[in-house]
Amino acid sequence: MSAQEYAFVVLAVVGSLSAIAVVTSTNVVHAALYLVVALLSVAGVYLLLGAEFVAWVQILIYVGAIVILFLFGLMLTKAPIGRDMLDNQNRWIGGVVGVGVFLGLVFLIQDAFKVQDSVARTTFQTTTADVGVSLFRDYVLPFEAVSFLLLAALIGAVVLARKDEAAK
Amino acid sequence: MIRLPFVLFFAALLFSAGVYGVLARRNAVMVLMAIELMLNAVNVNLVAFGSELHDVGGQMFALFVIAVAAAEVGIGLAIVILLYRNRESINIDEVNLLKW
Repeated sequence: MSAQEYAFVVLAVVGSLSAIAVVTSTNVVHAALYLVVALLSVAGVYLLLGAEFVAWVQILIYVGAIVILFLFGLMLTKAPIGRDMLDNQNRWIGGVVGVGVFLGLVFLIQDAFKVQDSVARTTFQTTTADVGVSLFRDYVLPFEAVSFLLLAALIGAVVLARKDEAAK
Repeated sequence: MIRLPFVLFFAALLFSAGVYGVLARRNAVMVLMAIELMLNAVNVNLVAFGSELHDVGGQMFALFVIAVAAAEVGIGLAIVILLYRNRESINIDEVNLLKW
C-alpha cells in the first residue's frame, strides 16, 4: 500500500464513522457537527484523488454554506432532542434496508472490480485551470442551466419562506 | 495511487448511511442531512471514476451535483420553515395531508 492509500484509509474511517454518527445521533446540533467532519473527510478524499478544485468547492459550499443553512433551520424550528423525537417507529426496517443496500453494493463492487487484482494507477492531478478550461469549453450549456436553476431556487426560497402579510 | 474499489466501498458506506437516515429519521432537517450524505457518496464515485479514466468530466458533474444540492437544501429548508410556521412541528410522519 502506498502512503496515499494509508491516508485514504484514515480519512475513510473517520468519514464513515461520522456519517454513521450523523444518522444515529440523538442531538440535532451534534448531528450537524458530525456532518461537518464527514464532509471534510470527503474533501480530503477529493484532494487525494487529485481533484483540488472540487475539494475546495466542497469545503466552501458544503461546510461553509449548507451546514450553516442546516444550523439556521434547526435554530428556527426548535428541533427536539431524544431518540423517540428524532427517529420514527420503523427505524429497524430502515436499518435492515441500509445494511442490505451496503452489502449489495459491496458485493456488486467486488464482483465488478475485484479488490485483490485491482492496480493503483497514477493520480490524475488536475489544476483549477484544467477545470476552468473544461467548464467553459465543453460544459457551457450545463453551466448556464445550473446558474438558471440557482436563480430559480433563490427566488423560490424567498417566496416560500417570506411571511405572507397580504393574506392576514 | 488509490485503488478504485477502496473509494467505491467508502462511497457505498456513505450512501447506505444516507439511506438509513432517510428511512429512520422523523425530523425533516435530519432527513435533508441524510440526503446530503447520499449526494456526497455520488460525488465521490464521480470523482473516483474521473480520476481512474483520466477524464475531467467526472469532476464537472460533481461540481454540478454540488450546485444542485445547494439549491435543493435552500428550497428544502424554506419548505421546512413554512411547515413549522403552519403546524408547529416538522415531524414528517405527522404531515399526512396528501396521504391517500
